[in-house]
Amino acid sequence: MSGTFVGMPAFPKAAHDAVHNETLRGNLRHATHTIRAKRANAVAELSDWAELREAGKRIKDHTLRHLDRYLVQLEEAVTAAGGTVHWAADADEANRIVADLVKATGESEVVKVKSMATQEIGLNEALEAEGIRAYETDLAELIVQLGKDRPSHILVPAIHRNRGEIRDIFRKEMSEWGRPAPEGLTDTPTELAEAARLHLREKFLRAKVGISGANFMIAETGTLVVVESEGNGRMCLTLPETLISVVGIEKILPTWRDLEVFLQTLPRSSTAERMNPYTSMWTGTSDGGAEAGDGPRHFHLVLLDNGRTDTLADEVGRQALRCIRCSACLNVCPVYERAGGHAYGSVYPGPIGAILSPQLRGTASDIDASLPYASSLCGACYEVCPVAIDIPEVLVHLRERVVEGGPVTREGNKVVLQPAKGHAAERAAMRAARWAFTRPGVLRSGQRLASRTRRLHPRTLPGPGQAWSGSRDLPAVPAEPFRDWWQRTNGGNTEKGTSK
Amino acid sequence: MRVALFLTCVNDTLYPDTGRAVVKLLTRLGVEVDFPMAQTCCGQAHYNTGYRHEAEPLARHFSDVFGDYEAIVTPSGSCGAMVRELYPRMGERARAEGRGDTLAATLAPVVQKTYELTEFLVDVLGVTDVGAYYPHQVTYHPTCHGLRGLGLGDRPRRLLQAVKGLELVELPGAEECCGFGGTFALKNADVSAAMGVDKVRNAESTGAEVLCAADNSCLMHIGGTMTRAGSAMRPVHLAEILASTEEEPAV
Repeated sequence: MSGTFVGMPAFPKAAHDAVHNETLRGNLRHATHTIRAKRANAVAELSDWAELREAGKRIKDHTLRHLDRYLVQLEEAVTAAGGTVHWAADADEANRIVADLVKATGESEVVKVKSMATQEIGLNEALEAEGIRAYETDLAELIVQLGKDRPSHILVPAIHRNRGEIRDIFRKEMSEWGRPAPEGLTDTPTELAEAARLHLREKFLRAKVGISGANFMIAETGTLVVVESEGNGRMCLTLPETLISVVGIEKILPTWRDLEVFLQTLPRSSTAERMNPYTSMWTGTSDGGAEAGDGPRHFHLVLLDNGRTDTLADEVGRQALRCIRCSACLNVCPVYERAGGHAYGSVYPGPIGAILSPQLRGTASDIDASLPYASSLCGACYEVCPVAIDIPEVLVHLRERVVEGGPVTREGNKVVLQPAKGHAAERAAMRAARWAFTRPGVLRSGQRLASRTRRLHPRTLPGPGQAWSGSRDLPAVPAEPFRDWWQRTNGGNTEKGTSK
Repeated sequence: MRVALFLTCVNDTLYPDTGRAVVKLLTRLGVEVDFPMAQTCCGQAHYNTGYRHEAEPLARHFSDVFGDYEAIVTPSGSCGAMVRELYPRMGERARAEGRGDTLAATLAPVVQKTYELTEFLVDVLGVTDVGAYYPHQVTYHPTCHGLRGLGLGDRPRRLLQAVKGLELVELPGAEECCGFGGTFALKNADVSAAMGVDKVRNAESTGAEVLCAADNSCLMHIGGTMTRAGSAMRPVHLAEILASTEEEPAV
């Protein structure tokens, strides 16, 4: 399995194997149900959760509406504090900027704190092509990297692995990357954590360059914020001389005061903790003269667009940019629980991935065109979202884009999409159904025909119906549709035995 | 009081017993029921699959048929949510696209007057004991659109708890989707089927005879999964339980 998701098949095909993989489903069910219950308790502790959720939504919406202004303010503040700001329109540009910055230090190794943005752009692979080795230091991310695997969850990238699998990966792969796993390593969590700690400690002490993302950027002060549970992030942010942070442009907050809301909602939604164990904040560099901040000796901020401005141009879809990557929507999603994270073909799996990826990447590929349908629209994701992203609404909006086409913004240009291929039969069926449903007489004739021929109906169906009758029995068609009964009995008045 | 029964195209075609149960129940409670013969489909499948332009004529048709009634009652959480939650959204979108207020104005009369059956009973008629008798063990599945779309809350459970002879058994994982999801069941058949199997497994663990819900679409999926698995459990629509009496008990 390669580290990137390029060339993934459509979601139903990718989900097929996962659904039938009992180990995977067991791992996922156990993990998601545990965190789901914990999150519900952590949220129930706050009497003002609904207000916090509304505040988070409003702050994010306000910021997105004035993103241009706040980004300029941020750039000025970071620069004044001794940092350097770079703008990257897409993944290639961001990767090139980072590779050049690393090369300029003369180093060929970097340590990384877990970052969704750098996964999104495939930074590790791009650095490797330039002869630079990037070491992931987040425990779950380390497991994914050592296992030559792909992340399958926003918060717990190795959620699809159980302890036995992790022990095997450590035993087999750690020596390839540095300090080998201790002799006789078992699958107890403390031993696994200690093996990772020893392995990573060597990297931290040697590294001259660190790479991070950020959970938040404060426009008024130019401060970046990383929240985490393990302390590995703090190591990456403070030990190396040079720090390069790659951050999506939507991660900005206007003021310090705004942070208060998210430092309450993010940990409770993600890890079900009242507060995340480590909160690191830094501003610019510590070497920048009179105006200097408290960051590392050299600090570079790469502001990543990569489809975000296009997403912002969409009135319905832009709410996806409110996302604070808490992963609560994954943990409650019945589809994610069965299909697993890899089926979504993106570093953003689950419900948020199903609306974010087709917007950031467009709907041209099979996987991106299928993602808006990877939901039963049950609404559990919307209910738990701490910034109230109406994921079902955006899913339906994107389905419309897939089957009907229409105006979208791609790379800053307004274009009109044609309906995706492969929906011709469905479109014809929908049109025919609409035609019949706007003519009650036609519906009635159809019902009568179905009733009269009901003994001839097959138990299994051809075509798209196969998908249904492969695993479920079809309902029997009744002898008489309701409307015929209504008319025959004059609304039930003339039927014997009906007390009307 | 005179109400229009919006039965939904699925119930009309495949589940006429539910329609007869609603008529019997409401009549018993002193409500005059009309069934506008021109009714067809609310357009939910079209809308949720992405065919908004096919759904709009159906919404207009719905409004033409039902607009003049005092109240519209439907035994379906998902079709009820379509009218109440998504019709206004269709109107807003039309406005945002510069098509004016025509669609919103056309749909507005039906939006506020449409009630899912349990809402109508509890909120409008003000009853929780409808005089029903149903001597069976029942477990209740709150369907997603009823639960999270319409916010039915504990109304269905309160109605069931007041039924004479009925023993309500807690369903583990009750609030999890059964996996139907309209065209989702066809487009993502593997995942849909797996969700259905888990729902049936949870239902069977209760030992109840009957799984009850207030939406026949979900019951079609759950029931189809049950019969395929050779389960002894039966799916029954809530309306049929509430319509059942000692004089005329439902099976």
